[in-house]
Amino acid sequence: MWYFSDEHRMIQDTVRSFAKSELAPRIEKLDDEEGFNRESFYKMGELGLLGILVSEEFGGTQQDCVAATIAMEEMAAVDASTTLSYLAHTILCVNQISTNGTPEQKKKYLPKLCSGESIGGMGMSEPGAGSDALGMITKAEKKSDHYLINGAKTWITNGPGGDLFYVYAKTGPDKRNLSTFIVERGMPGFSTGKKFKKMGMRASPTGELIFDNVKVPLANRVGEENSSVKAMMRNLDIERITISGISLGIARASIEVATQYAKERKQFGKPIGAFQQIQERLTEAAAWYEACRALTYQAAKTWDLGLMTGKEASMMAAKAKLQSAQMATQVALDAIQILGGYGYTREFPVERYMRDAKLIEIGAGTNEILRVIIARQMLGEVADL
Amino acid sequence: MNFEPSAEQTQIRELARKFAQNKLKPLVEADEATETFRPEIIRQLGELGLTGIPVPEAYDGAGLGYQEYCASLSEIAAVCGAYAISVAVTGLPQIILSQFGSDAQKKKYIPPLARGDQIGAFSLSEAGSGSDAASLRTIARRDGKDYIINGTKLWTTQADVASTIILMARTGEPGAKGVSAFILESGSKGMHTGKREKKMGLHISHTMELILENVRVPAENLIGREGDGFKVAMTALDGGRITIAATACGIARAALEVAVQHAKDREQFGGPIIQLQGVSFMLADMKTQLEAAELLVARAAWLKDQGQSFSDAASMAKLFATDTAMRVTTDAVQILGGSGYTQDFPVERYMREAKVLQIVEGTNQVQRMLIGRSLAK
Repeated sequence: MWYFSDEHRMIQDTVRSFAKSELAPRIEKLDDEEGFNRESFYKMGELGLLGILVSEEFGGTQQDCVAATIAMEEMAAVDASTTLSYLAHTILCVNQISTNGTPEQKKKYLPKLCSGESIGGMGMSEPGAGSDALGMITKAEKKSDHYLINGAKTWITNGPGGDLFYVYAKTGPDKRNLSTFIVERGMPGFSTGKKFKKMGMRASPTGELIFDNVKVPLANRVGEENSSVKAMMRNLDIERITISGISLGIARASIEVATQYAKERKQFGKPIGAFQQIQERLTEAAAWYEACRALTYQAAKTWDLGLMTGKEASMMAAKAKLQSAQMATQVALDAIQILGGYGYTREFPVERYMRDAKLIEIGAGTNEILRVIIARQMLGEVADL
Repeated sequence: MNFEPSAEQTQIRELARKFAQNKLKPLVEADEATETFRPEIIRQLGELGLTGIPVPEAYDGAGLGYQEYCASLSEIAAVCGAYAISVAVTGLPQIILSQFGSDAQKKKYIPPLARGDQIGAFSLSEAGSGSDAASLRTIARRDGKDYIINGTKLWTTQADVASTIILMARTGEPGAKGVSAFILESGSKGMHTGKREKKMGLHISHTMELILENVRVPAENLIGREGDGFKVAMTALDGGRITIAATACGIARAALEVAVQHAKDREQFGGPIIQLQGVSFMLADMKTQLEAAELLVARAAWLKDQGQSFSDAASMAKLFATDTAMRVTTDAVQILGGSGYTQDFPVERYMREAKVLQIVEGTNQVQRMLIGRSLAK
């Protein structure tokens, strides 16, 4: 992008070579075995990627949303699974503590999260509350010196194996009475369920968080009681912008593989890239990718400059993710088609790209819920009549 | 116009549905995970008369048509795409020999396949020759009363368990006119399977490399005459396209059923999500596309059964039905949301299975090429 700073370009180079040397050699096996690239998190810590949005005082590198999106795109072009776990850690947990935590909470948790010593996640969705996030029923009751949390969270990236979770729970009767708690593995009554078996993003563990009378110290509440809705929504915005970077990375990699194949594969006496049907798919893919890239970094830059707030900002983030996620699935599907039988096998990575891409149309707000967000902003009350 | 299925079609459909639900459903998840193919399933389908539907009764077939064949494949595919493919592939040698084989070839090779006692395969593609099938390089050289075949084939479904394989090899000049079709038996000296492909889906169905090193085939196993091979292959693929289209319809219908059920059961924002327009319109499009695909398939099958020209109809049915299956299964995953992405529900498998149907039996690019060529005549 024309407005990337020198620092942005440096991060791009750093992450690109990190992805090539650290992620590329491992991802196929991890995808096959549903593993987790734990070691690379220490390396990301060394490179300053885990605290990319955190101030230096707490172990971060204090970059911006554009930088985080660049990191997502570069990593995801090689390994979208590990990138998704990176996103859950860095954007959903670390950034939230950094943005909303008290100085004590930051001092206690951020250095370990920024170095890779602790792996973080976030708990919002529940079995009965997916798109309808405010329909959650996990409850935190205030006692003398602690909160007692009961309930269950699901679809938690980094749930199995994570050390620290940024958890939303109801603290009052109204839908909007949400509060936030930092819950640590090892707290009595807190457990994580087994890893879900998924179509893709298989090297990013997903599972449940289970709260059975978990005593959480008052000091672990983040922000005021009953006041978390706004911060939650705002974090969903930056999640949607940065996760669009993952879609961009997957699409870019798909286009690269398909283009290379179209140059090399000969049928009917010439490279298949000479056929208009192949050209149509490649060119549409490239143009759609470029459009989504412009939209996504525009949203990231808008975030960094604070040009939009509230629902307008949410609409911008929703637009970027709605388009990027659909684009990546389609582009990956087309890449398989261009590679034909080879694309359907695991000898080429495009079938993995497709399986990974589909998740982003579902996680961090389904296409459907993003359309609702955009419609509400465009149509006002009319949208919900 | 008559849209009523015949009594036979309904009966075959019911038979296949029951078998698929009772016998295949309990094993499909585990067998997909372990890539286990069970030849006894084909035998059991044979006992029900479902492995040789469009083949004359004289050769132990059911003596019915493609409409019945498609009804059966669609029901099997709705539960397990891999066995639908297996039945369709076992059908190819039977259909080829019924049309092009000598009396001796018919008598010897069709009955065990039609009964499901044996499994069939069809071997055309090579590493350098996919859509451009006429450029194949496997060589068959005449040597006295035999041919000696050398080469390597790719993407041969169930070559590891097949008893009878129809294989295309070059006996003459470059291009389509130099290709001949042969019947190969399993266990032929010098013929062995190479690597098994690791695929995105259809794991029960084994996709094999087939290696031929000085394989001696008696001349009586040549189908038709030297140079007939390309015509044999293309005719078989014309019919094969209808079966792939029927398979696609089965998978799409299964995905739609799961999606509708989920949309009725799943409550968000105080009601079932099927009441949300974003979901119900998506389902409406899925249903409409599926019905259109089924009609195209029915028409192609009907034309074939009537003995009329059906190549274009088969291409259109294959193109539209497989594209529809891809869209419908992808949307089904979307409607199930996170659940759809997990292996707790079958829709992600349907989606992985649908993708290959856009590639096999002539990629959808090839179908467009054929339809376009026909329009340009």
